[in-house]
Formats: sequence, structure tokens, C-alpha cells
Amino acid sequence: MNEQTNKKTATRLLLVAVAMFGFGYALVPLYDLLCDVTGLNGKTQRADVSEIKNQKIILDRLVKVEFTTMVNTNLPWKFKALQNKVSVHPGELTTVKFLVRNMTDMAITGQAIPSVAPSKAANHFKKIECFCFTQQTLQPGEEKEMAVQFVVDSKLAPEIDTITLAYTFFNSNKNIKTGLIKKQPVAVAANNSK
Amino acid sequence: MLTTCLKRIKSSIQFLGAGLMLLPGLAMAEYALNFQRPVTEIAREVFELHNLILTIVIVIFIAVFVVMFYSIFAHRKSRGHKAANFHESTTVEVIWTIIPFIILVSMAIPSTATLLKMDNTSGSEMTVKIVGYQWKWQYEYLDHDISFFSSLSTPRAQIENKEKKGENYLLEVDNPVVLPVGKKIRFVLTANDVIHSWWVPQLAVKKDAIPGFINEMWTKIDEPGIYRGQCAELCGKDHGFMPIVIKAVSEEDFNKWVSLQKDKAVSAAADSNKVWTKTALLKKGKKVYEKSCQACHGATGAGVPGAFPAITGSKIATGPVKDHLAIVMDGKAGTAMQAFKGQLSDADLAAVVTFERNGLGNKAGDIVQPSQVKALR
Amino acid sequence: MSEAAHHHPTGLSRWLFTTNHKDIGTMYLVFAFMMAIIGGLMSLVIRAELFEPGLQLVDPNFFNQMTTVHALVMVFGFVMPAFVGLANWMIPLMIGAPDMALPRMNNWSFWLLPPAATLLIISLFVPGGGPAAGWTLYPPLSIQGGMGMDFTILTVHMLGISSILGSINIIATILNMRAPGMALMKMPLFVWTWLITAFLLLAAIPVFAGAVTMLLTDRHFGTQFFDAAGGGDPVLFQHIFWFFGHPEVYILVLPAFGVISQVIPTFARKPLFGYSSMVFATAAIAFLSFIVWAHHMYTVGMPVAGELFFMYATMLIAVPTGVKVFNWVATMWRGSMTFEAPMLFAIATVFTFTMGGVTGLMLALTPVDFQYHDTYFVVAHFHYVIVGGSVLGLFTAVYYWLPKWTGHMYSEVVGKWHFWLTMIGINLTFFPQHFSGLAGMPRRIPDYALQFAEFNMWSTYGAFLAVFSQLIFFYLVWKTVKGGEKATDQVWEGAEGLEWTVPSPAPYHTFETPPKVS
Repeated sequence: MNEQTNKKTATRLLLVAVAMFGFGYALVPLYDLLCDVTGLNGKTQRADVSEIKNQKIILDRLVKVEFTTMVNTNLPWKFKALQNKVSVHPGELTTVKFLVRNMTDMAITGQAIPSVAPSKAANHFKKIECFCFTQQTLQPGEEKEMAVQFVVDSKLAPEIDTITLAYTFFNSNKNIKTGLIKKQPVAVAANNSK
Repeated sequence: MLTTCLKRIKSSIQFLGAGLMLLPGLAMAEYALNFQRPVTEIAREVFELHNLILTIVIVIFIAVFVVMFYSIFAHRKSRGHKAANFHESTTVEVIWTIIPFIILVSMAIPSTATLLKMDNTSGSEMTVKIVGYQWKWQYEYLDHDISFFSSLSTPRAQIENKEKKGENYLLEVDNPVVLPVGKKIRFVLTANDVIHSWWVPQLAVKKDAIPGFINEMWTKIDEPGIYRGQCAELCGKDHGFMPIVIKAVSEEDFNKWVSLQKDKAVSAAADSNKVWTKTALLKKGKKVYEKSCQACHGATGAGVPGAFPAITGSKIATGPVKDHLAIVMDGKAGTAMQAFKGQLSDADLAAVVTFERNGLGNKAGDIVQPSQVKALR
Repeated sequence: MSEAAHHHPTGLSRWLFTTNHKDIGTMYLVFAFMMAIIGGLMSLVIRAELFEPGLQLVDPNFFNQMTTVHALVMVFGFVMPAFVGLANWMIPLMIGAPDMALPRMNNWSFWLLPPAATLLIISLFVPGGGPAAGWTLYPPLSIQGGMGMDFTILTVHMLGISSILGSINIIATILNMRAPGMALMKMPLFVWTWLITAFLLLAAIPVFAGAVTMLLTDRHFGTQFFDAAGGGDPVLFQHIFWFFGHPEVYILVLPAFGVISQVIPTFARKPLFGYSSMVFATAAIAFLSFIVWAHHMYTVGMPVAGELFFMYATMLIAVPTGVKVFNWVATMWRGSMTFEAPMLFAIATVFTFTMGGVTGLMLALTPVDFQYHDTYFVVAHFHYVIVGGSVLGLFTAVYYWLPKWTGHMYSEVVGKWHFWLTMIGINLTFFPQHFSGLAGMPRRIPDYALQFAEFNMWSTYGAFLAVFSQLIFFYLVWKTVKGGEKATDQVWEGAEGLEWTVPSPAPYHTFETPPKVS
């Protein structure tokens, strides 16, 4: 009968299926973009110094920032914040120190992943410097103090009075995975870390 | 005609609606049929919302099916009913598109209000961090420097039907979360391995604990009591065996409990300095094994072939002590074997390693002292 | 069917190489029935373990494998292939086409299924066991699993390709092969719902294929799509999964709506009420199904604006779904009804599906969903929708068209026994689960606290009754295939449509010259 028409329809529909397969993959960058814009999943981003230069310090508002640490089971390190919490004025540059120690007799590389609650505060939590921008390598038994420098944006929604910043340290040694680490461009971070 | 039919629907709704208003009341008395008794303002609001919506949907459901079953009864061929031939009516179709829409709006309004309240974590007085592990919970009181693990305390024998099951079977833990009443408590949640979900029905709080990410929610408990919950997200083998127990106490009792926790930390330190006998280590080790290891490695140390390795005759439990301690303390990457150093004391770790080397069919002969463990930390 | 076997190959090669839509439809239906038995037996393992508190029969790991594989088998092995089988058999007959548009591709899409199913079953026996992460395959739990998980991913790919090929075929058939005069808005509703379902499949399945591919590369090839350690996010998987998963449940139920819309007018002896609003309602449900996915994941910690959006969008689905139910009731209203087995099953489908529908509305409301989420209330809800909607819809279809397929009438007495026992069985199984869920029983647990004991015991009795009642169904179909009272071409007094103009049983080749539709 109209075999030609059928083949044409089928080819078009097959293209739709292939496009939808691609769309599944496109959801990955789309989701990341959505998270960047809205802070959807509490991921924080690196801020540029210029971004915070013109921030006005709001002296009549105090926001409590809590720090909490996790070490993933696969990483035999000790990791803690030297301060559990600080109260900061929005717009004010603050530095907080963390202590990390390698408990083994091997050199190990780890990566800290930050997360902020509530997630709608994530976009207003600006980090200028952070040990989470790069991977950290610790020699056997090495202990290291690491700093985070941040500003809570003065545009933070008024109802938020407490922010929790959590870091989870993961082991990057076992099968170093490539390709998808976008948030921590190692080379760029090394240039800026001074 | 259809208009008479609609009138009939309307009157039956009114009649049934009146009867059904009693239903939530009945349900209040018999909790096995409905939510557990709410103990926070939010939980009460959620319960009322649930009852309201349940009533609305039951009324709609009955209204629709009263019409259908009336039709089934009256418009059957065996009663000699002749088929009409209508097949559309724009008026009727518009009506039954718009009315449900209005009902939906009336449900959406209170739901939105409650949701906004649940979302507002501001003004909290303390923060508790909850971490999900396979298969236990860790609680960290960020304002009090207290941290502990909480795992199922129901004996294996009850689960395996060898003993009579207790009243709180599967809903009891070794260390309950102690919380003060009347204070707004903020929870932040994360996980170590896979996604878990922390749920206490009487508080109407449920949130996922996701590794690498942090979530938050809050509660304010009205009255002292014990409130029980469970993990609500499939997290592997023992997903059904990681309950949550909250002990809500007055502020005064809470402060007492806080200082007691500090004392406990001191006595644990004393335990790790003393020298233990082999018998004492084996006795303690067996207990620790049953609590922390048996779920995967089995009561006899045989493990589960293909999933969890055996301890009996294993290279680790019969090889050098150093490697054995390392795997128990630090876990094994990429497997379900987790690091136990965070949740077990020096004495516990020394005892369980001693037990694994000298029990479960192994005969390594050596023992481990808590001081050896302490040195490795 | 065997009478018509004079001008085509016989024996094994007939079935292996056939391009005939009726043969392929039959194979799909037989395969689906076998999968239903396997999935049903798995559900009995689950229910037997849950008969009373304590661990009795299986260890928790195997229990998780059973819940996972039961769901995968039922969704991908039973319900979807069964409806594709019905589509193969009936769509050409209903639109006056000689066969499907792409008969050879049709053969491939069926023959992908048996190896895929075998692979899934084998996964239960490899070291480490089968997939145990639930049918939703959430990472990181699904990253932990053994080789069985890779088998499952491969199975999902094969089943997915089969469904995509099948839906391409169905769309091409409906768009290109209609008899002269069969305008789109004249098509029987079963054909309409399948056309829309096929588009849903085409849009949703490839996305799922993408998600499981990412899972596979995360497991073995070093990518970190879902691993927080490498900048990924496990919640991303849930978004992609449910972008597929929500349309998927409509894929399972829309063809059943089509069947109901054929059967009720036949036995009410009255035309379907609101034909065009039925078509638009189906299209509206299909569209909305793509923008509501995150209502499955209210507890992951979304911003409140997102939760509100998904709540409102989900509630909207109640409107077109309501229209459908009201239309069915209006079709019955002032008809001249008789209650042969297809009609009984159709009415039961409307009733039980609506029950699942209203609990679905409750689940849409975010603040109360925090209480319902991941409890037995959800288990009750989706079994009312899928068993009460799709599976009863399938029985409706089989009873309705069986005389046309075999040329024999089935036994009405046996059919009624099957109907009533099935109804009692499934309601006894799933109704009490609403209560255990509300009272606080989480889903996917192998053992439970004592206060849930009574309801679970009832559920187990119900499940055994429901599964074993299907032996009656098997007996009935077997007897009808073998012989019985001769069916007329018209079969049902009130039946309308092209499929009733061909002889019973339908000959091997039909509509080689297209019929004229006025």
C-alpha cells in the first residue's frame, strides 16, 4: 500500500525518540542551570571579589551561620570546624577556619562538597575563598587548617535568621572520576587562591 | 432529564455530607484507622486538613456512585428500560468541569497556608543535625556539642520469632533523641551513604536525608512523651529496621540530660585507659557484634554469599590485627562496610575485634586492648 | 484462529517470523499473561512474608529484590505488553486496515521482549542477587547493587526499545492506514487513547533510557551524574525518572480508559456520552502528565514555590479525569443495560479506578503528602489505579473481544465467578493498606510493628485469593479457545464498529480491500 508514507512517518517518529533521549541528557545541564539560578539544591557557588565589594554592611541585622562537617565513610580523615557558629551582619566579610587531618599513612586526596540550608539562602551565600574550590591532598598524618571566606548577601530574604553550611569531605582517590566536575575548576582555583 | 438527576445528586450530597461529618470524629477515637495523635500545632493542622479532604472526596465519591448504581438498578434491559439516545450536553459538561475546579480551589487554599507555615524555619532556638546511615541514625546537637548514634534495640531473637515480641517491637532504639518541649527546634538532615528519610508521624515531619546535601525542617513539640517513627525511604537491606524514637521532656529535664551526656563522655575515656581481660572483652564484644555487625555478617559469622562476606575463616579476621582494626574502624570503600570508629568507643572496638578473632569459629588467639585502638585514632 | 490457518506457515516458524498483526497481538497477550503469573507469584512471596510480624520466609535483601522485580515485571512485562497486544489485534480491525503499518518492525518489537524478561529473571540468580533498590532505582542505592542491577538496566533498555518501536508502529498505523471515511474524530475511543498513549511512550521512554544509561556509566565508567562527591546530585535522577515515571502511569491506564469507553456504550445500548470531550480530556491528561512529576518527591527539599507549582498542576489533573468518569456514568444513564462479564469488569474498573483517583488527589496536596509519602497509603493508591484501572481494564477487553478472536462464546457463569472472586481478592488486599498507611506503616519494609498486624493479615488473604482466582480466568480462556458455543459476527447486541463486521473468529487477513465508512 502506501509503504513510502509509512516509512517516512516511522523515520520522523524515530527522530522524536532520539531527540527525547537527548532531552534526558539535556536535563543534566538544565538542572544545574536551574540550581545555579534558584539555589534549588543548596549548592553554593564561588563568588567574585567584585561581587561583594560594593556590598553595604547592614549593621542592624544579624544572621546566625552554623557550620557542620561530615566525612564520608570512604575517607579516613578527621574534619571539623574550629567554630560551630558565627553571627554576621549581611555584607560583612567573615573568615572561618576548619581543621582536617589525615589519619592514615598514605597520601590521600579529598574533595569537600558544600551545601547550604535553607536552599533559598544558597544564592546569597557568597564564598570568595574556600578549600572546597579545589581538591585537597594530605600527606600521611598531615594536619591542615583551611579557611572559608564568605559574605552573606544583603539581599538575603528577611525571614531567614539561621543558615547552616555543611561540608562533606569525599575521597577523590578511588577511581578518580573525570568529566563532570564543573563546579570546581582546579586550574582556575589555583590561580585565585591567594 | 439530567436536571432532575443533578437535583437528586445535590440532595444526596447534602444528606451524605451531614452523615460524613461524623466520620473524622469517629476516626479520632480509633487511631489505627487514621493518623496517629498529633502533638504539634503543624501536625494538628495537617490532621485537620487530611480529615477535611478525606470528607470531601468521600462525599464526591459517594455522590457519583449513588448515581451510577441507581442507573445500574433502574436502567437495565431486564426491567424493560428502553435506551435513550442522547450523547452530549454542553451545559452539563461545562458544569462538571467547573464545579470540580471550584472544589479544587477550596482544597488548595488551606493546603497552601499550611505549607507556607511548615516552610518557615525562622525563630528556631536550637538546631539538631540528623545523619542517616545504613542502617542507623546519628544525632548531633549543634548547640550543645553532643553527638551519638541511635539504632534498633529490638533483640534479633524477637525478629526471628524465637522470643515473644515486645510492645514496641521494631520501634525502639538504644539512644532516643531527647528534645525539649515548647521550643522551636530546627533539624538539618544529611546522609552518609544513600538517601534516607526521617519521619515521625505524630510531629508530621518527614524529609529526605541525602548524601552530600543538607535539608532542613522544624518542629515545636507541645507535650512531653515518647514519639516513634521510621525511615521512610528505601535504603537497602535493613530499611525496615532503623526506627526513630523521640523523648520529649521539659526544658529542665533536657538540661539535666545534656549535663549527663557530658559526664558519660568522661567515663568512656576512663574505659579506654584500663587493661581488659580476654573474658571481659569477649563478653562485651559479643554484644557489640550483635548490635553492629550481625545484620550483615550473620549470627554465626557466615555472611550472605555474594552480598556480605563471611567473618568465619576470613583473611581479615585471621590475619594481622592491624588490618583487622583498620577495616572495622575505617570501613571499606565502595561497599556497605562502614567506618565504625565514629560510632563505637575504644572499648567497643577492641572488644568486637577480639570477639571476631576468637569467636565465630575463628581462633587467632590474640586480643586487642582499648589503648591500642585509642592510639590509632 | 486455527480454522483460518490454510494460507500461512504453521508450527514454530509461523510464530517466529510472523508479521501478521493478529499473530503478534496473540503473542503479546500470551507473553503478558505469563509475566502476570510470575509477577503475581512474587507478590505472594511479599504478602506471605508480611502475613505476620517477624522475619519468616525470606531475608530482607531478597524481600527488596521481590518488591523491585515484582514492580518491573508487572509494569514493563505485563501491563504494557498486554495493551500493545490489544492494540495490535484491534487497531487495524477498528480502523479498517489490513495490518499494522510496519509489519516486520512489529515482529522485532515483540521478539525483544522474551530475552529481556529472561535477563531480568536471571538477575535474581547472579551473585549479589537481583535489583533491590525498588523499581524507581534511586541512586546512590542503585549504585551499590551488584551485577543484577546491570542486568536490570539492560532489560529496561530492551523493553524500552520494544515499546518505542511498538508505539511508532501504532502511530503510523493510525495516521496512515485508516479506511476511507474514517476521520480522526470518528475513530473509536480505544484507537484515540492508544494514539495519545503512543505519543506519551515516544516522549517518556527515551528519557528513562537516558536516566538508566547515566546510572550505568556512573556505576562503571566513572561519570558522576548522581554522585555528590563529583559535583552530581542524586535528586537529579529522581527528577529525570519521574519526568518519565508520571507519564508512564498514564501510559498504563489510558488504553484501559479506551476499552471502557468501547464497552460501556455497547452494554448500555446507547452512544458514548461526550465523545469529543473524552478525546480532549485524554489529551489534557497526557499533556498535564509531563508537568507534574515532582509531586512524587515533595520530601526531597524543594523550594516552596516549586512545591506549590507541582501541587496546583497535579490537582488540575482531577478535572479531565473527573470529566471521563462523569461521561461514563452519563453513558449508562437511561441506557438499556445488561451485565455480561465485560460490562461487569468495566463498571468495576470505573469504581476502583475512581477510588485510586481520589486518593491520588489527596496525595497531590503537599502538606498532607508529607504524611502519606512512602507509606502503605501510596501502595494502596497506586494498586487501586493500576490493578483497579489497568488490569481490570485488560480483563474487560479480553472478555469483550475474546469471542471475536476465538469464534466461541466464553462461559458467562465461569466469567462471573472470576469477576466476583477477583473483586473480593483485590479489594481485600488493597483496601486495608489505606489504613496501615495512615497509621504510619512505611512501604518497602519486610517486617513491621505490631499495630499493623491485623490489616497486613487481611491483605495477605486477599492477595492469595486475587492471584489464585486467575486460574479460573486461565481455565475460561483455555476452554473458549478450544471450543464452545459459536459466536456470531456481531457478538454483542449493542456493539458498534468495524471489528464486528468481520466474521468470528476474525480471519487471518481482514480488510484487504478497505471498507467504506459513512
